[in-house]
Amino acid sequence: MNLTLKNLYDDFRDPKTIRALAELIHQESEGLERPVNIMEVCGGHTHTIMKYGLKQLLPEKIRFIHGPGCPVCIMPKERIDHAYILARQPDVILVTLGDMIKVPGSRGSLQQARSEGADVRFVYSPLDALKIARENPGKSVIFFAIGFETTTPMTAALIRRAEDLGVKNLLYHINHVTVPEVMRELIDSRDEHIDSYNNRIDAFIGPSHVSVIAGAKIYREFPERYGRPVVVSGFEPVDVMEGVLMLVRQFTQGRRELEIQYKRSVTMEGNLAAQRQIDEVFEKRGLFKWRGLGNIPHSALKLLEAYAHLDAEKVYAEILPVEEIEDHKLCICGDILRGMAEPTECQVFGTACTPSKPLGSCMVSSEGACAAYYKYGDLLK
Amino acid sequence: MKKCITLAQGNGGAENHALIKELFWRHLGNDILDRGEDAAVLKALERPAFTTDSFTVSPLFFPGGDIGKLSVCGTCNDLAMMGAQPRYLSLSVVIEEGFEVRSLEKIVRSLKKELALNDALVVSGDTKVVPRGSVDGLFITTSGIGELQGEGIGIKAIRPGDAIIVSRDIGRHGAAIFAAREGMELESALESDCASLWPQVAALLEAGIQPHALRDATRGGLAAVLNEWAEANALCIEIDEEEIPISDEVRGICELLGFEPAFLANEGTFVLALDPADVPLALEILEAFPGGEAAMRIGEVKGEYPGKVVLNSPWGTRRFLDWPTGELLPRIC
Ligand code: SF4
Ligand code: SF4
Repeated sequence: MNLTLKNLYDDFRDPKTIRALAELIHQESEGLERPVNIMEVCGGHTHTIMKYGLKQLLPEKIRFIHGPGCPVCIMPKERIDHAYILARQPDVILVTLGDMIKVPGSRGSLQQARSEGADVRFVYSPLDALKIARENPGKSVIFFAIGFETTTPMTAALIRRAEDLGVKNLLYHINHVTVPEVMRELIDSRDEHIDSYNNRIDAFIGPSHVSVIAGAKIYREFPERYGRPVVVSGFEPVDVMEGVLMLVRQFTQGRRELEIQYKRSVTMEGNLAAQRQIDEVFEKRGLFKWRGLGNIPHSALKLLEAYAHLDAEKVYAEILPVEEIEDHKLCICGDILRGMAEPTECQVFGTACTPSKPLGSCMVSSEGACAAYYKYGDLLK
Repeated sequence: MKKCITLAQGNGGAENHALIKELFWRHLGNDILDRGEDAAVLKALERPAFTTDSFTVSPLFFPGGDIGKLSVCGTCNDLAMMGAQPRYLSLSVVIEEGFEVRSLEKIVRSLKKELALNDALVVSGDTKVVPRGSVDGLFITTSGIGELQGEGIGIKAIRPGDAIIVSRDIGRHGAAIFAAREGMELESALESDCASLWPQVAALLEAGIQPHALRDATRGGLAAVLNEWAEANALCIEIDEEEIPISDEVRGICELLGFEPAFLANEGTFVLALDPADVPLALEILEAFPGGEAAMRIGEVKGEYPGKVVLNSPWGTRRFLDWPTGELLPRIC
């Protein structure tokens, strides 16, 4: 690994560039007839906006709505329970990524399972699960796979590799979700909840890492069918500011388009080889429940029938409950993930619910909206 | 002696005695320890300071140090941060059965070297051997007594207008441990900052500088120290992000894993609150020590948001720098 990553961030946090972009956005927004509500779909963007204080640089006419874009935030309790139950089986090692181990299900978090003696490990890359499986031939290693389009190819690669090597003790619990379906849901659904919703989404900032794999093309329907422009942006402050500028320009010039800010590595088509790899092991699920958002059709993946014997959900079907579990009554994560409420509107924000004792997943994931508000505060607005 | 530590060597009998004599006393011996009494009899110190700390680290040997060096630095630094010169240490070692004697000897040598830098002695010790699996290799506990040299150093002495300095670049220990633990192949030579701080503190005091507070930024990093200070005094500490010294290597690791350098542990980096008039001389003194070229004035103590740490970005925005929470976990994607 090459650690001269300096150029990877230096230019994109250049104070002069950020200030200049802020100035341009101010000038350009004077031509706006009404305020623009921009939803950043991904929690990574929420994090950038809060961490670098970008809201403070923007005119009042630009508003951010925080979206549902974090695979940790949107994981419903029943699936976390699956992880918890699997982890507590004898001779099972449960492997997952980062923040996931902190999210509470109805029985506890994986961190708790670990403190109770379960073998839970987090890895940086799904391929590390393969190593763990080979080092522990006497155990069943279950990879609890999470993430958007970004991490899916790595899980696919893991599955293929394990097959090639004849590794038999590695199973998968698949929770990969897809972005466009949930965006469509947010625009389309018109329950009584949404009508009371005064933050209409005017435009989207799409996460670049998703489109590096899936291409920018996955967002075509939003400008075309719904008249909502989308700009696919990177995660550095300069990227987000430039993305906002591009959106504002579309509005002042009367355009509704799909544009790519993050030309450094995003194309319309995306990474076709990775997409093929995904199709070789996964297919769409009929329904997947998103925490706070309910069941969304075709918004997640599952293993193809050919891999049923590796599917932990099937292999352990007898011990994995299927009933839905309600979220904490006071928690308004659902409204926050829909862009209907801000974290500070939650009654227990910062009191009964903090990052060290989270009630809801928006506070658990370090990129969840509640955690970002709690951590960085917001001094000027 | 056998190549690996056996349970018998912790039994209190002949094997145990041999281990202590041949390994610990041989390297760490001094007039007080050599007496082999149940308790060390010390000369009374005029204004003693006392502290204790336990050390567990994985891996035991990491770039820039090992658990032995760490266990001396940690305790001596706690004393130094009160303006106390480290004098006497106790050393308690819990060893996992099967631990290699060669590694143990390496650790003891490194203890010895670090003690010399502090001009301190181990005057009392204990060794236990526990069955395989009860500890991860080896745990060390050290306690230390030092003699106060500075006047009025402590959290409560911090006041509005104080300048905040860090003694060198931050985050090295945490980043080096992460890199070593995860087996990242680093092209760069990132090393822990693990070091004894008494020499720096002594130099500051000798030059007539009277810091209001000193704190080594260990677990929880710079963020934890600043938040602790702000909270304890209901004052606001305001920091300029641009001024915080961070090496390219540490920044690189943080980029990769999604960490904030200010949350990463240090083992030889400290934070000072002092009169702004003392800043130039303090920086000049710190710069003479290894790593000290990066010493910086990073901010000051104000009153605007009591109990909070505010971070000013180079592009004119502001936010809180919060306490680090929980286990540091890498981001998902
Ligand atoms: S984990 Fe973070 S970066 Fe990845 S999709 Fe979720 S919010 Fe975005
Ligand atoms: S503050 Fe906590 S309880 Fe409230 S919405 Fe956020 S995560 Fe849920």
